[in-house]
Amino acid sequence: MEFLWNGLEEAFNLWIHGDAEIIEITLRTLAISAAATAVALLIGVPAGAVLALKRFRSRRFIVALVNTGMGMPPVVVGLVVAIFLWRSGPLGSLNLIFTPTAMVIAQFVIAVPLVVGFSMASIQSLNPRLLDQIVALGANRLQLLWLLVREARLGLLAALMAGFGAVISEVGASMMVGGNIAGETRVLTTATVLETSRGNIEIGIALGVMLLVLAYVVNLVVTGVQQQRRAT
Amino acid sequence: MPLSGFVPEPSPSGAKIRLRDLRLSRGGRQVLHVEDLSLRRGDVTVVIGPNGSGKSTLLAALQLLVAPDSGELLLDGRSMRADPLATRRRMASVFQEALLLSTGVRKNVETALGLHKVPRNERRDRAERWLDRFGIVDLADRHARELSGGEAQRVSLARAFALEPEVLLLDEPFSALDAPTREALIDDFAQILGETEVTTVLVTHDRDEALRLADTVAVLIDGELRQIGPPAEVFGAPADEAVAAFVGVENVWPVTLLRADRGVATYRLDACSACELDVAAAQLPRHALFAIRPEEITIAAIAEAGAQDQPTSARNHLPAVVRGVQAAGPVVRVQLSAGSNGDIPVVVTLTRPSLEDLAIDIASRVTITFKATAAHVIDHG
Repeated sequence: MEFLWNGLEEAFNLWIHGDAEIIEITLRTLAISAAATAVALLIGVPAGAVLALKRFRSRRFIVALVNTGMGMPPVVVGLVVAIFLWRSGPLGSLNLIFTPTAMVIAQFVIAVPLVVGFSMASIQSLNPRLLDQIVALGANRLQLLWLLVREARLGLLAALMAGFGAVISEVGASMMVGGNIAGETRVLTTATVLETSRGNIEIGIALGVMLLVLAYVVNLVVTGVQQQRRAT
Repeated sequence: MPLSGFVPEPSPSGAKIRLRDLRLSRGGRQVLHVEDLSLRRGDVTVVIGPNGSGKSTLLAALQLLVAPDSGELLLDGRSMRADPLATRRRMASVFQEALLLSTGVRKNVETALGLHKVPRNERRDRAERWLDRFGIVDLADRHARELSGGEAQRVSLARAFALEPEVLLLDEPFSALDAPTREALIDDFAQILGETEVTTVLVTHDRDEALRLADTVAVLIDGELRQIGPPAEVFGAPADEAVAAFVGVENVWPVTLLRADRGVATYRLDACSACELDVAAAQLPRHALFAIRPEEITIAAIAEAGAQDQPTSARNHLPAVVRGVQAAGPVVRVQLSAGSNGDIPVVVTLTRPSLEDLAIDIASRVTITFKATAAHVIDHG
């Protein structure tokens, strides 16, 4: 248990002394996961709304796909995205493999089913008569979507938390499409794996703790917004 | 004097809304068929009918929330479905449940005005004016979830009126409220409605609401429009047995014409060969139904049978036996069996003092009487 204590002590030292590399890795982690979650929200919320509100032939097939995607192993996502982005792959000419953009794409693929699934569930849980009322008040499609999103905001904030939580904590996809290149694509999860495999257990624990704190702070902020909206 | 924003458009026909051969199905079954229905500009049309009769479906069709299988929906002579969004923005709807957005009361009204592109600087004033009109301006800063059912429905109505629609569509807006709240809200609503002259369609299963609010009553049964007319006509002269049952005409007896003389006809009750009844009616079909409201019949104790021979405008008398007495709010319903064999079920409503004066009880033998003009004759071919 001594190494655990040492790890916590190491983490404390890294924070106190403001280790430049750790700060850079932490900021990169936050930027990549935030970008992936933002894109997932941008696409996932309207898609979830469409699945919640519309009835069409392939809907059941898509919903099953979304539900499957919610539990998809990140390493499989990483593999598929990597195949597409490898130099010999269909999107190889874009030269994205082993870049932060590739990591955003992979994390987006992980987050989007969660955002779609949570959005669909939260909009479906609204009173269906409210939808009729908003339409009868003269809302156009965009206004309807906006008002439904506002009504379902508590559930949508849960979608945000689920999506962000999934991508900030995944390692397999980031490792496969990012390559864990120091100063370029290294994030907290891949750095933790690397340091632990090198035998630097204390630094591994320190990075893990930083990851947990980062995830906690982000969720604390979102939860604050969620509960405040609930109260008002 | 109409309130501002509610000035009706001129139209040669006078019909604001017209439905022509409208058919609507659900699950392969036709649930609504309206051959031709014209709603006059500024009229309050109350659509009544039992549960499942198609009232809410009719309203949903007018709100363009459901698409009919066939037929036309016209607003000022133009198809409502040609531009659904533009049509909806000329109308406002209130549902049974006050469906408010989870935000403040004023914001609820302002948001609706925003959907209609009302300039931002006008929204607050207009919202507060209508909240004030419904007596809830002091709740403007409250959150919608903090409201009682009655308050929430007032907000819902204020929101609808604030849109200053040409057509107001209401789906049982008072049915979820307790009696005192409902009475107060209906009073305020009726007064505001009278001031605005907005063309209104209100769906309800409550006959009292129809009587209080309607210029025109439409009765919908099994998806078909059975009768439309002024309240007095629909409630006093139902078109058929089903309408009679729904509008509270509880006495419907099959009869056969015996003779007619100078506007008064004599019919024999099919269930009582010795029972002859006189009726004054324009239409005198050979086989008919007598429809008589319970309050049109009076009861006399058998000891007063001599009353039959006294001069009276109540020209019909039948012996009857009391079978039951039930309290029904401010009145009592007396159930009787009339006719020589007691085969004719009769319901009479009396005030409590009248019942006490009569001193009748179960199995009391009485005489029921009603005027020749009280019975409405329904052709029973």
